[in-house]
Amino acid sequence: MDQFTINLLFVGASFALYIGIAIWARAGSTSEFYAAGRGVHPVTNGMATAADWMSAASFISMAGLIAFTGYDNSTFLMGWTGGYVLLALLLAPYLRKFGKFTVSEFIGDRFYSQTARIVAVICLIVASVTYVIGQMTGVGVAFGRFLEVSNTTGLLIGAGVVFAYAVFGGMKGVTYTQVAQYCVLITAYTIPAIFISLQLTGTPVPALGLFGDTASGEPLLTKLDAIVTELGFNEYTTHHSNTLNMVLFTLSLMIGTAGLPHVIMRFFTVPKVSDARWSAGWALVFIALLYLTAPAVGAMARLNISEMMWPNGGIDGGAVSVEEIDNDPRYDWMATWQKTGLLDWEDKNGDGKIQYYNDKSESMQALAEEKGWVGNELTKFNRDILVLANPEIANLPGWVIGLVAAGGLAAALSTAAGLLLAISSAVSHDLIKGAINPQISEKGELLSARIAMAVAIVVATWLGLNPPGFAAQTVALAFGLAAASIFPALMMGIFSTRINNTGAVAGMLAGLVVTLVYIFLHKGWLFIPGTNSFTDADPLLGPIKSTSFGAIGAMVNFGVAYVVAGMTKETPQEIKDLVESVRIPRGAGVAQDH
Amino acid sequence: MADQSTNSAQTAEADKGYWQANLRLIYISLAIWALVSFGFGILLRPLLSGISVGGTDLGFWFAQQGSILVFLVLIFNYAWRMNKLDAEYGVDEE
Repeated sequence: MDQFTINLLFVGASFALYIGIAIWARAGSTSEFYAAGRGVHPVTNGMATAADWMSAASFISMAGLIAFTGYDNSTFLMGWTGGYVLLALLLAPYLRKFGKFTVSEFIGDRFYSQTARIVAVICLIVASVTYVIGQMTGVGVAFGRFLEVSNTTGLLIGAGVVFAYAVFGGMKGVTYTQVAQYCVLITAYTIPAIFISLQLTGTPVPALGLFGDTASGEPLLTKLDAIVTELGFNEYTTHHSNTLNMVLFTLSLMIGTAGLPHVIMRFFTVPKVSDARWSAGWALVFIALLYLTAPAVGAMARLNISEMMWPNGGIDGGAVSVEEIDNDPRYDWMATWQKTGLLDWEDKNGDGKIQYYNDKSESMQALAEEKGWVGNELTKFNRDILVLANPEIANLPGWVIGLVAAGGLAAALSTAAGLLLAISSAVSHDLIKGAINPQISEKGELLSARIAMAVAIVVATWLGLNPPGFAAQTVALAFGLAAASIFPALMMGIFSTRINNTGAVAGMLAGLVVTLVYIFLHKGWLFIPGTNSFTDADPLLGPIKSTSFGAIGAMVNFGVAYVVAGMTKETPQEIKDLVESVRIPRGAGVAQDH
Repeated sequence: MADQSTNSAQTAEADKGYWQANLRLIYISLAIWALVSFGFGILLRPLLSGISVGGTDLGFWFAQQGSILVFLVLIFNYAWRMNKLDAEYGVDEE
């Protein structure tokens, strides 16, 4: 059986499973559609949250970004897990006690203002749509590879699948499907990592293998540092990027995690306030299984790739030849990935070999002159392909490759579905039922939810054709937006009785607008290429890249809210009482619709 | 009537104590949260460079794995302590 058929089998079988579960658990009422009837156990909920949370960015993109940068991209690891501490301590139990269905409902009630609710809906939609763009990028890479078509075709097919699948279920269908998707994605991520860790370090636990020794007795990271510096790249384990930007970026990801509506919604679905606290912990347990493995996947893949391009012990042994790439089965993965347009090489100096090195490094330029090289010949290596190509690079059996295909798609689909659900409930429940037409029937509400999903996916697909970065980078922008708008409003709503309606609205708008403008200045207006005035290589404000700006946006939000609240009318007593009651678990009943 | 108002005053007092205890726990937890990630993982890494871990230093370990493990401990510790506090102050859900 050829690889193509194996991939189709694995992907097909996993899809059949998800769709089966979605049909079995189909949501009948609006309450089930939004919050799964609140009957979900904390461990189950944690697992579903993990699947919801770990998207194409975590599964497909992150290890690749770590692999090619090293220590500096530890920001993704700390940022995307540290947010759960904020979520567990500052938001989840209180929002569960409040007991409504959506994030904007809390903001609307706490800040006793329809405007606040609508502004929250806008913030939520902007952040979620940006997030879906990142998912579509990942889906495009995955489908492109496994159906052996171009990236664009892959993206269009993926969009169709995501749509068909997300309109089906609502939260109830999505919760149980996501448990299945978690199992698929974690198996798919870990199995190749275990194989590779065994090959390189003899340790079956990749997280330990990262700090283990290779067969020669030399630590893996020492060996990796040696080979990448020989090729003229930055040493893997040392700090090269700007420290301020690194701190702000990590902080943005953390705050953003705690501000993303589709994750927060998850904590509405547990039966009790105490369960909301445990749920956040369980979610992080399941997330950590992947996140502790990811840095090992990155480092080991970087070592494997470097050694493949220089198969005879570094530069002195000579580069891999074009003939080997064409004929040696160990290099088959290069030809298959070349088809997607995401990997490419070119024998520029016509010596029959492919030299992979950093042609921007001055010492390498001197060496290249001496050796007759005319530039790096591994001309294209999209970071997003690394995890998917990894089992092929390590020459693992065909079924592992098929499994990774299914896992990558599970990650992208589960998150896209969760986000679409958050978008659709914001539109139908908060905007239409909450503001425009409170008399809408339950049926009409469900229909408008599904229409909102369709519109969101079309917009995200269209923008995903020209993504503003690799999947994880686009997703990082979404986090910045959530960090700057939603999180501060929620936190101030719980921890401060001083912030009133005007303060909250002004804060959210200021945070969102300033962050959005900063992002658009660097990534193009509405992410349209060529309309940007700055680049992240040379940002507007010192070293602060657009992906790191969310932390600043959040500070603007807090600051503006405090100043404006100080100048306007005090919060009324009944709202202060509401805040007091949210702080105490006692009396948390079943949530009510209104 | 008089009884009822002392009762509610007592409840309000207890609720206040509960909230203060909660805030204290949050401050301590967040201080540790920042120390292991922004501290050990990034800003204080040079100070930890003397302690070597498998081919690199302790700061690298904190940035890539250690901070995640500490986050887990923080969340479970918080959940456990808060659920105990709920019972202690009589504010838990029936």
